[in-house]
Order: sequence, then structure tokens, then C-alpha cells
Amino acid sequence: MGKSVLGVVALLALSVVSLFIGVIDLRPAALLQDPAALQLIAVSRAPRLFAVLITGASLAVAGTVLQMLVRNRFVEPMTVGSGEGAALGILLVTLCAPAATLFAKIAMASATAFASTAGFLVIARRLPPTQPYMVALVGLVYGGVIGAGVTFVAYQNDLLQMIGVWVTGEFSGVLQGRYETLWLAAIAAVLCFVAADQFSILGLGHAASINLGLNYRQVMLFGLLAVSLVSALTVVSVGIIPFVGLIVPNIVSRMMGDNLRRTLPVIALMGAGLVLVADIVARVLRYPFEMPSATVLGVVGAVVFIWLLYRPARHAP
Amino acid sequence: MHRRRLILLAVLFVASAVAYMTIGARGNWGFVLEFRGAKLVALCLVAVALSTSTVLFQTITQNRILTPSIMGFDELFVLIVAMGVFVFGMTDELVVTSWVQFVVSLVLMTGASLLLFGTLFLQERPDLMRMILTGLVLTVLFRSLRTLLVRMLDPNEFSVVQVSSYARFHQIETGLLAIAAGTIGAALIGAWAMRHRLDVLSLGREAAINLGEDVRSGTLQVLFLIGVLVSVATALVGPTAFLGLLVVSIAHVVTPTGRHAVLLVSAALISGTTLVGGQALLERVFGLVTPLTVVIDLAGGVLFLVLVMKGLKR
Repeated sequence: MGKSVLGVVALLALSVVSLFIGVIDLRPAALLQDPAALQLIAVSRAPRLFAVLITGASLAVAGTVLQMLVRNRFVEPMTVGSGEGAALGILLVTLCAPAATLFAKIAMASATAFASTAGFLVIARRLPPTQPYMVALVGLVYGGVIGAGVTFVAYQNDLLQMIGVWVTGEFSGVLQGRYETLWLAAIAAVLCFVAADQFSILGLGHAASINLGLNYRQVMLFGLLAVSLVSALTVVSVGIIPFVGLIVPNIVSRMMGDNLRRTLPVIALMGAGLVLVADIVARVLRYPFEMPSATVLGVVGAVVFIWLLYRPARHAP
Repeated sequence: MHRRRLILLAVLFVASAVAYMTIGARGNWGFVLEFRGAKLVALCLVAVALSTSTVLFQTITQNRILTPSIMGFDELFVLIVAMGVFVFGMTDELVVTSWVQFVVSLVLMTGASLLLFGTLFLQERPDLMRMILTGLVLTVLFRSLRTLLVRMLDPNEFSVVQVSSYARFHQIETGLLAIAAGTIGAALIGAWAMRHRLDVLSLGREAAINLGEDVRSGTLQVLFLIGVLVSVATALVGPTAFLGLLVVSIAHVVTPTGRHAVLLVSAALISGTTLVGGQALLERVFGLVTPLTVVIDLAGGVLFLVLVMKGLKR
């Protein structure tokens, strides 16, 4: 318990730090005297902070849920085609209905993300459970194929740059009025927490969960929907953020086991913290210029992932 | 063995080369031939380098679904180029055409790949899937590191690195052709000289040791050749993810054999036909702007998934 209180305090402290980093110099004291300072917080800094926190927390939760659905620890939405699927949806909307509303874009992106995630589940189910890395490998190539399809269509229609801007994961474009749909992802994550016990049972496998009286198909469908929605919303709002959904669930599972009702809050907290740290680093590294947070996460995440792969196993996998 | 098929492949290759040189050509033939000839030579060099490096790689890993690209070899090369620009700075001339820079990158690349992948492959009991996954994550790592470095550069240097990080077959750096031809040629001679040892190495660690092969030195020599081939190909056209996998898989179907004397030749011919013919089709017939690599990535990725699924059924 003490540890999680400490975690919340650390996250709050980082959040405050995040609010006062930026090109426009802002000191805490100014909040009391200067109305423009409050304006800055309300329009830019606070929305950005919320976007970062929601993205991190919901992606980490979605990663956990996906890992339960596939029963494999080495997958996450951004590596098995969900993220690329969402990008495909954005591309299709842009081509067919350039004037579509943001909501229509999100609906389309969610639908394509759902289809591609479902496609991956169908393939993954046929892979032998004895080879855990195979699922991850196939997922990466599957995502790569969808990504190549996106690149092909984008190239032919001269939309490569637009897609590049959409999928590069960064938060610099987040302003009041341009991120609020992300709260839907937060709601999806909360609903996952409500259904946490079901997912824990689902993780035991098809036969075991049916024996325990679980409505297997329904829970599976709900998980799939939640994962697709979170992926689509993050890609539409901030772009592809790698590794959060992969690394956080693994670390928490190692520390606390797989009782999702207990672990999901910790997972959400750590996910939010990880992306927040990456975002702060991305902003400070070459101040006043910004790096994409996704790039910072790509470096840190890859190193942690390789460590996860090669750490001495305590149990045989 | 397979002689008629090899001859057929050679005919196909020559036909696609002729198509590449002639389709849609207008005006001064002397100019057209010289201009397209240089590109054709570059395409052929890349094609052979990619097919040979993939065959070699599949031999030492004993796996038909691997290519050096999947393991991040070419991204490593681009990262090294980016690091060169970052550390020494280079604004006046293109990195990829300066041969000093090229040779330095080549040496660094082969060194790094020997260190990194040597330690991976020479484990007592290599876990194949874990190794591939490592390669894929390394690819992400190299790419992210490069992006980070690139963002630290000033815009001139930025564009230099940017040019070398995209696969491009329609505009090839022909300035490097002579040195590229020399290094690829030397590496190919090395691979050809090893062809019988490769046959033995492909049988697996235990069998190879029993047959009197020094697996350790063999693997390192092969890795060295792969490093050289991938560097030159990447310097010429940029990273190519699935081309090697695609052409070598086709080679295994057309000329099913364990003999590298046949396999190396057939893979090279198929690779040349795919690249030159594909480029001729895409560029001159269909007029598509999408680079051939994207199409090949799509086709190669799907093929990879099919191979995995088929392998499971067996």
C-alpha cells in the first residue's frame, strides 16, 4: 500500500513539473497574479498533461487486456496491427470523405483497428502455445504488412506526409478542444477495470474459462472492442506510442502477479508515469525544440524489452 | 543439376534487363544507354548483394524465414552513417557518395555486426525465436536512435541522413558504383569460395562439427561477408526489409537443393529479375510512384506469414 501511495505522489509531482515546462516561460508564482498564465495552463499545458496521462494509462491497460486475450506476454496493440489498422482507417476516410468530422474519423479508425486486431487474434489462435515468441514475431510482421499497405496507398495519393504526421507519436499538437475524445479511451480503460476479473479468468484459456462459467465470446468481444477503441483514439489524437502496452504489464505482472483487479490500477499508474517521463525528456532534451515522445519511448522501450527477453528466467517459460 | 532451370532464369533476367534499358526510351540512344546503364549496374549489384546475404544468413541460422534485414542489419548501417554525421559533421558533400565516409562506415558496420550478432549466434543453444525477436526490437532501437540523432542535427545534415534512410531504386547514387562493385565483387568471390563449407554449415552445428567444420570461424566469416554485402547495398539504395526473403524463398521453390553452388546463382538471378523487371514494370509501364520496396514489403510480408502458417501444418 505504501508503495502505491508513493507512486501517486511521484506521478503528481511529475505532473506539476510537466505543467511548468514549455517554450513560454511560466513560473508557479505567476499563476496568482497573471491571468494570461492561467489561460496558458487551461489552453495548452493542462490539455497536454491530460492527454499524456490518459494515453499512457489506457495504452498500458489495453496492452494488458490484449495479452490476456492472446495469452501471450510479448504482444501489445501497437505491434500487432491495431495501431497500423487505425492509421489505415484515417487514410481511407481522408481519401473517401475528406470533409468528414473528427468523430467519423475516429469511428472509421476504430472499425479498421477492430478488424485488424481481430485478424491478428484469428492468426494467433492457430499458433502453437509452446512457442511464445512466435506470436510476437507473427504480430510484428502482420503489423508491418498493414503498415506497408498504408504506405502504398498513401504514396500513390501523395498523402505520405499527412500519414507521417498522424502516426508519429507526439503531444506537441495537443490543445484545448483537440484532444477531448481521448477521455473516451479513459472510459474504456475504466470499463476494463470493472471487467478485470473476467479478463483474469479469460487468461486461463478457453476450456478453463468456460468451465468457470464465463461467457467466453462476450468477454473476448468486449476486450477486443476496448483494445481497438483505445488504439484508434490514441492514434487519431497523438499518434503511435510504442512499447507502453508491452513493458508496463510485464513489469507489473512480474512484481505483483496476474490478479488484474489488484494490478490494473498499478498498471495504469505506471503507464501514465512512463509516458509522462518520456514526454518531459522529449521536451527538455533539446530545449526549446521538441522530440517526438514516441522516439524517446522507442529507445527506452527497446532496451527494457531486450532486458525482459534476456533476464535470467526464474521459471522455465 | 537444375541446369535447365538456371538457364531459364538467366534468360528471364536478360529479358528484364533489356526491357529496363529500352522501354519508353526516346531520343539519343548513347545518352539513354549510359544513363540507364549505370542504374542497371547498381540495381544488379544490389540484387546480388541482397540475395547472397540472405542465403548466407539463412545458412548460418538454419532458418528459411530470416533475412539480415529482419535482424536490423541495414538499420544498423543507417544508424552508423547518422552517427558519423553527428560526430564529425558533414555538410558539404553527400555522405553516401564520399568514399572515405563509406569505407569508415563499412568497417564500423562489419565490426559492429560481428560483435552484436556473433555473440547472438555463437551461443551454445541458440533460442531461435528469441533471437529473431531481439533482431526486430534492435531494428526499432536503431531506427529510434537514428531519429533522435537526426533531430539533434542542423537541417543540412538532417537531409543528408534522411536521404540515406529511405530505400530508393529510382534514384541511385551512381557515384559510389566503382567502389561498390569492387567490394561486392570481393565479397561474392569470398562467398563462392566458401560454397562447399556453406553446404556443411547448413546441416547444423552438431553435424557440421562432426564433419570437421570449424563452426565458430565459419559463422564469423559468413557474418563478415553479410556485413559487407548489406552495407554496400544499403549505401546504394537504403534499407530493404523483405526483398531478400522474397527472392530466396522463390529460389528455394524453383531450385530446391541444399547445394550453395546452385542456390547462390539461382537466388541472384531471381533477385536481379525481380528488381530490374519490377522496376521496369512499376516505373515505365504502370507509372506508379510508390517505391518498389513498399510493394515488395507487402508481398514479402504476406509470404512470410504464409510460410509460417504452412510450416505449422507440417
